[in-house]
Amino acid sequence: MPDMTTTHVANGAEPMIRLQGLTKVFPGQARPAVDSLDMDIAAGEIVILVGPSGCGKTTTMRLINRLIEPTSGRIILEGEDVTSVNPDKLRRRIGYVIQQVGLFPHQTISDNIATVPKMLGWDRKRIRSRVDELLAMVGLDPSTYRDRYPKHLSGGQRQRAGVARALSADPPVMLMDEPFGAIDPITRDRLQNEFLRLQETIRKTIVFVTHDIDEAIKMGDRIAILREGSQIAQYDTPAHILSAPADDFVADFVGSGASLKRLNLSRVRDVELVQWPTAGVSSSRSEVMAALRASDKGAVLVLDEARRPARWLAGQDLAREDLPLGELGHPAEAIVQPHVSLGDALNEMLKSRVGCAIVVDESGAYLGTVDFATVSGEIQALRRDARERSRAQLEVMHPAGIGDA
Amino acid sequence: MTLVDYLADQGDRLFGLTIEHAMIVLISVALSTIIGVTIGVLTYATATPRRISLAITGVFLTIPSFALFGLLVPILGLGTRSAVVALVMYGLLPIVRNTVTGLRIVDPAIIESGQGMGMGSFRLLFRIKLPLAWPVIITGIRVAAVITVGIAAIAAVINGPGLGKDIFRALARFGTPTSVPQTLSAILGIIIIAVLIDLAFVFIARLTTSRGIRA
Repeated sequence: MPDMTTTHVANGAEPMIRLQGLTKVFPGQARPAVDSLDMDIAAGEIVILVGPSGCGKTTTMRLINRLIEPTSGRIILEGEDVTSVNPDKLRRRIGYVIQQVGLFPHQTISDNIATVPKMLGWDRKRIRSRVDELLAMVGLDPSTYRDRYPKHLSGGQRQRAGVARALSADPPVMLMDEPFGAIDPITRDRLQNEFLRLQETIRKTIVFVTHDIDEAIKMGDRIAILREGSQIAQYDTPAHILSAPADDFVADFVGSGASLKRLNLSRVRDVELVQWPTAGVSSSRSEVMAALRASDKGAVLVLDEARRPARWLAGQDLAREDLPLGELGHPAEAIVQPHVSLGDALNEMLKSRVGCAIVVDESGAYLGTVDFATVSGEIQALRRDARERSRAQLEVMHPAGIGDA
Repeated sequence: MTLVDYLADQGDRLFGLTIEHAMIVLISVALSTIIGVTIGVLTYATATPRRISLAITGVFLTIPSFALFGLLVPILGLGTRSAVVALVMYGLLPIVRNTVTGLRIVDPAIIESGQGMGMGSFRLLFRIKLPLAWPVIITGIRVAAVITVGIAAIAAVINGPGLGKDIFRALARFGTPTSVPQTLSAILGIIIIAVLIDLAFVFIARLTTSRGIRA
């Protein structure tokens, strides 16, 4: 049987963060909060630490920047052992974002963001241009927000300022402790999307703590599901965790509806679109009829001049001579864009009378549709992947032939 | 003799005494602030030292002023020195207590984020904790100042400076025509000092508190 720790350790390139036998025993507690944790975190990835409350995920994160000093074990950052370097200097190399944000209320947004650059002794000009650059990066207009105080900002804006502050000295690593936990669901969704887009350009190594498995699936390149004592139950990509949970603990934690969650990882642009017959809004009735006869579908999608979906027309609708094509049938609903997840598309198509979601491009022009068959095909493909994967694991653990020899 | 006549007659002398009175108050409060804030900073974080410092400064405030002045004279002699020491002792409790409270109510998330960015304990104290606690601390200083204005009058029993002198003189000449206006004018001076100091503190507090945390 292979050493199980290898599953927690990335192959190939040197990890950005390597935790070795990391242990924390709080005084007066019999059991360690973090028990001999080995973990590699690859450069440029968002790694989510997720688990039930009390599993030690936040403690683990605070051990990395030594807000909590480890009892034993080592922390290696960019190949350098930082277990006993000056903690303040170490922390200036690691961005830190917490749920309550913790902006300094007596300082302007600009002074808040300048905290670490000032400690590092940057000159004023450099600090000023960096602050403006960061504000723009997180979507806060510099001229409006630079001189405001935290109390003048909404919760979402404060969180963005907090992210800008964590990024100020361009640290390679960021630690984020439930950064979107205190924000209303709609704003949270938007901030999550913005953050993912930002990460595409900044490519930081991010350790992200949450207790919300859905957030973990959405935000993570890799998820570490932790059980008590910060023991890794599974450390894998969201797709693999959903399709092949390592054990009952992981399966329970991921919860019911893993297939549905898995659908949220696939995008509409990743699947083959189903084409329906279409007709322009100014077509003649005979042209529409011909298009309908030429396909095996029961309806025609009428597009307006800009090729935007307008109406669904069934054969019997054409019998009505008194209305123009643009007013026959029923309106085209359930319209989605290619970046939408299959889960969301499924949600839309449940509302549609035709049973499919219409896919349009940025300008709203028709591209094709996604229907139930597409979705169930995708689910079957995922299941097949999962089966093959677990079979492959079985092969590694019990190679055929060796037992018989 | 009416109060108005008395004021017209003795105006210059009363003005001098008022300035003297205000000066001893300001000097005492300045010393109380330096000592009190230092004690607060050193003791706020740990329970036992914090309780001890609050208990001792609390006891100071309960000693009757006559008695305290009497106790200090054998050590420091008559005059300004004993008066200032006594007034500093009276001013400590509100300042120590408000420093401790102000520092303890700083949001832990703010401190955590400061630590997380690599601020050392000195920087955290002077850049974050004290500025955030300042509105509470300066309220304590203001209370100390107002208490001291009143007690400073009693300092005249040990030959201290200020308007108290006139109160004791009037008391000694009780029954003479000027004794009542003399007492009233001294009280008036003390009230004016107290009101002016109070207003000055409102102004200073506004000026020295960041716009981001002003109410």
